[in-house]
Amino acid sequence: MTNSSQTPLVEVRGVTLQYKTREHLVTATYRVDFSVRKSDRFVLLGPSGCGKSTLLKAVGGYLRPIEGEIRLNGHEVIKPGPDRMMVFQEFDQLLPWKTVVQNVMFPLVTSGKHTSRSARGKALDLIAKVNLSKFADSYPHILSGGMKQRVAIARGMAMEPDVLLMDEPFAALDALTRVRMQDELLALWDETRFTVIFVTHSIPEAIKIGNRILLLSPHPGQVKAEINSVPRGQDRSTASAELEHKIHKMLFADEIEEAAHV
Amino acid sequence: MSDTERPEVYRTPLGPEQFGIVAKPLTPFERLYNQDWLRKLFVLVVIAALWEIYARWLDNELLVPTFSATARALAQGIASGVIPARALLSVKMLLMGFAAGVSLAAVLTFFAINTRIGTDFLETMTAMFNPLPAIALLPLALIWFGLGAGSLVFVLVHSVLWAVALNTHAGFRSVSHTHRMVGQNYGLRGIGFVARILIPAAFPSILAGLKIGWAFAWRTLIAAELVFGTTSGQGGLGWYIFEAKNLLDIPEVFAGLLSIILIGLFIENVVFRLIEVNTVRRWGMQS
Repeated sequence: MTNSSQTPLVEVRGVTLQYKTREHLVTATYRVDFSVRKSDRFVLLGPSGCGKSTLLKAVGGYLRPIEGEIRLNGHEVIKPGPDRMMVFQEFDQLLPWKTVVQNVMFPLVTSGKHTSRSARGKALDLIAKVNLSKFADSYPHILSGGMKQRVAIARGMAMEPDVLLMDEPFAALDALTRVRMQDELLALWDETRFTVIFVTHSIPEAIKIGNRILLLSPHPGQVKAEINSVPRGQDRSTASAELEHKIHKMLFADEIEEAAHV
Repeated sequence: MSDTERPEVYRTPLGPEQFGIVAKPLTPFERLYNQDWLRKLFVLVVIAALWEIYARWLDNELLVPTFSATARALAQGIASGVIPARALLSVKMLLMGFAAGVSLAAVLTFFAINTRIGTDFLETMTAMFNPLPAIALLPLALIWFGLGAGSLVFVLVHSVLWAVALNTHAGFRSVSHTHRMVGQNYGLRGIGFVARILIPAAFPSILAGLKIGWAFAWRTLIAAELVFGTTSGQGGLGWYIFEAKNLLDIPEVFAGLLSIILIGLFIENVVFRLIEVNTVRRWGMQS
């Protein structure tokens, strides 16, 4: 545990998040703690209303905690930046006025990491990795939803961020495409071992994608459990089913409790 | 069980080499009808024909000259170099006023999206001045800036500024939240954020604003030249029409009007269209 590769990359300590709607001040999460190590596939799992997306946006620097702190490599997160690339759920996250390759290049060039020539090479490399070489010079509006998400993932990975933040990236896809995208994401991870924080409300997706799962309870989001997922590479079906059942029970117990309060 | 009655079926789909060409060519008429410019040209030809027939039937050159007489006057005007010179003067003045108006609008909207007081300022100013006809300001402008380009540019700025600022601001505010977050994610801030995210994302609205601003400016300029003909020292197209009317040379009046229309058509169908095709249409933001 004292091994240097196991010191936390992202540290979330006692984070309470609130946001205002027109009528209410909503507490999204209450004193949440977790830490993510390098090369983790860290999943934030919970029912809707548990503040998992808000939590991810806070790690992204889009909103500041009113209590507690978020640290990335020991530095406090205070604003958005290209060291934490976001992949959003929405298909409109690609800039429509740029082609696929330009979309992937754009952050590389604006952040000053690359000249436009080396950025292009890098972008084409990653586009090839997500199997979209044929569409490199197309504009996003002609791509399907799954293709757009693949471009967004390529864009995120091209930056080689300290951590990739994925906010239900496959939620809006059809079930078949979704399974394929999950497999592709895992294959990419095998290749480059990037660190990713992945938000989902699907238990099977969490078990399949993650190596570590943070379970959150709703209204406001609080940590319910932080567990290891089933190891990859062996026959996982029985173990997965057991874990799925266990997680399901934990979430379900929560609902009964909630009903009792009402 | 019903499953036993219905056997499972397995088939191998044919490869693409098994299919012939699955498209049928369009007839020549359909292909011609699909050309935008040809359909528009047809509309123009019909209008010109109706005009010619009505004018011949009326047979009064002082009220409505025929299309052919107007075309002749226009051709003569162009050949003698009078109309191109006047048009050039008008367009030059117009571009000056338009550019100044758009730059001012850019500054105003930049403050409007970055500060709340800027938003209030823009909204109040637009509400007050947008309905005010630019021509109504011309007498004042003549007192302030004298006879000449200054006063014309002033009224042109007035006619362009509010329309462009209003549309641009509305466009900026409707930029999708995801696009904003993507821009912030790249670490873009201030001018960089406006130039690289907000302006392209709001481009359909900005373009609409520019078109409206251009049309307003054109009208204002011609009206100003007609009313206060010599404000710019040498007159433009408006002054040309005014002079022709004084000489009761009605075909020339029509030729002047026609050249204004032609310039308008050119700007709308060539300049703005080229911009559209290369930006918003190509990006799939407008069909």
